[in-house]
Amino acid sequence: MKRIQKLLQEKKDIFSVYYTAGYPNLDDTMPILNALQKAGCDLVEIGMPFSDPLADGPTIQHSSEQALENGMSINLLFEQIKELRPSITMPIVLMGYINPVFKYGVEAFISKCQEVGVDGVILPDLPFDEYHEKYQTLFEEAGIANTFLITPQTPNERIQLIDANSNGFIYMVSSSAVTGAKSGLSDEQLDYFNRVNSLDLNTPRIIGFGISNQSTFETACQYASGAIVGSAFVKLLKEKGADESAINDFVKDIKRNN
Amino acid sequence: MSKKNKYQVDEKGMYGRFGGAFIPEMLYPNIENLKTVYLDIINSEAFQNEYKALLKDYVGRPSPLYYAKRLSEKYNTQVYLKREDLNHTGAHKINNTVGQILIAKHMGKDRIIAETGAGQHGVATATACALMGLQCVVYMGEVDIERQAPNVARMKMLGAEVVAAKSGSKTLKDATNEALRDWICNPEDTFYLIGSVVGPHPYPDMVARLQAIISEEIKWQIKEKTDKDYPDYVIACVGGGSNAAGSFYHFLDDERVSLVAVEASGMGVDSGETAATIALGDLGIIHGSKTFLMQSDDGQITEPYSISAGLDYPGIGPQHAHLHDTKRGSFISATDADALEAAKELTQLEGIIPALESAHALSALSKMSFKKDDSVVITVSGRGDKDMATYMNRFGF
Repeated sequence: MKRIQKLLQEKKDIFSVYYTAGYPNLDDTMPILNALQKAGCDLVEIGMPFSDPLADGPTIQHSSEQALENGMSINLLFEQIKELRPSITMPIVLMGYINPVFKYGVEAFISKCQEVGVDGVILPDLPFDEYHEKYQTLFEEAGIANTFLITPQTPNERIQLIDANSNGFIYMVSSSAVTGAKSGLSDEQLDYFNRVNSLDLNTPRIIGFGISNQSTFETACQYASGAIVGSAFVKLLKEKGADESAINDFVKDIKRNN
Repeated sequence: MSKKNKYQVDEKGMYGRFGGAFIPEMLYPNIENLKTVYLDIINSEAFQNEYKALLKDYVGRPSPLYYAKRLSEKYNTQVYLKREDLNHTGAHKINNTVGQILIAKHMGKDRIIAETGAGQHGVATATACALMGLQCVVYMGEVDIERQAPNVARMKMLGAEVVAAKSGSKTLKDATNEALRDWICNPEDTFYLIGSVVGPHPYPDMVARLQAIISEEIKWQIKEKTDKDYPDYVIACVGGGSNAAGSFYHFLDDERVSLVAVEASGMGVDSGETAATIALGDLGIIHGSKTFLMQSDDGQITEPYSISAGLDYPGIGPQHAHLHDTKRGSFISATDADALEAAKELTQLEGIIPALESAHALSALSKMSFKKDDSVVITVSGRGDKDMATYMNRFGF
């Protein structure tokens, strides 16, 4: 958790990337991580593939399917991270659906995160109440930041409740959509960002969904601590594979004014 | 907890250790909204009047409770068939869609989405939408669209848009994912009309309440036909479990009534080609609900198999998982072969061609032993018209 908090305290315009573990090839997880760090990425979310990713659009669905076909699993991902963690300074956040984590065992999962140097997790379908009642102490004692999502439909009181129980960042979903469905940020979305900012939250926000290029990244950074690029990056991996120079160009292009 | 609520959902949306609403935040406001209003709507006089009138004049209820004389003789007990197959559109599914469509209307939603496997729930949804003049989008796995052409045509004729789910295994679970994605993207005007007692709370409870009409009728019908005001057994097939939930509903607290659910074990429980979720007994979370499901060692949800398209869901309604846990319900399973045998037997002894799903329930007669004067109610959830291709193929007609 310290790595995440330090980053959020020290840096503005945080550039973050999501990609699916084990895609396009099983052993690409770590070379991609290396390339992202070299290119100047600040924070990374590594997706744990799931058979039924109901909050994801076609791009990430496809990457999950391929990754599972390649043989990716939570166990294998932990092994991959453990090997490379010493050379990576970025905070690493694991993102995925609750069922595989549940099957792994939530306690075992958290202790393994701690062991291999994972800093936070995002489990969109782990409900707030369930986390609060059963797992919050476990996460906090292990120093693993659990990250909640908020959306344009989330009422203010619920945002404040989430804020009071977050210890890394809040994942601010930019629109009512699945991943990769929309591009660009409308006035309506900017109103929503302003509404959230007016709540004087303690937890920094990072904006995700619909961030795909330099212009959307820059706009998002005006309203939050940073932004996450997901589907656009996974698309690049689909086209170019785990190619270091392509990844470098992609990151540099989006970050060129920041 | 009061005794009355022992088998019903609690204030947290749980049935014992099952159920809940494991949904991404994007769906939270929709689910929360539905949770807040569904009971008030269902219990309102306006809803009840409209719902009951539609069930009577449109669906054709009450469905008969038929004393099956020759079947009773063969098994040396008293067999009664609850004839949901005689409903409009040919199955129990319409009880639920007519009810949910009224709830959607009360909530001011004008766009309906649904998932469907074999197409039965899709047809029942498209029917209710046509009746109410609402826009209807049905998600159906690409594989199922190819397998179930007549139902696809029915939905289209009823004015529904049928959208192919092309991800994953391209079947029911993927169609459900696609419907949930649609709801995430259209939170304001859209109502998600789920077809079974599955999904996040309050769906399992809402659908069970709408199917509860089955047991409400059994209760007074059995009194008319026997000297007791309760049956000794109620038997129903279970995939997601909506006809079983409706058949059990008013007997849950009456422990004199044995509740029996029959799962589809396909080629056999341990064959790898099965849909017998309870028999496999693996706990997990599917489509927002904690329940028993079929999954790999890594927690990836696997594809079920049954000859009956209506029973091949990889999970089971959380209330059924709880009935199993508390031993209030007995869960047995029937293979493809058992179901085919039972379908042929009912057809030739009583002149009723059942759906393959219902045939699983009927096979309990040969698997269990009953006393001569036991009254055994079996829910015939649907008619067999949709399965004629399978029957022709398997029986060589």
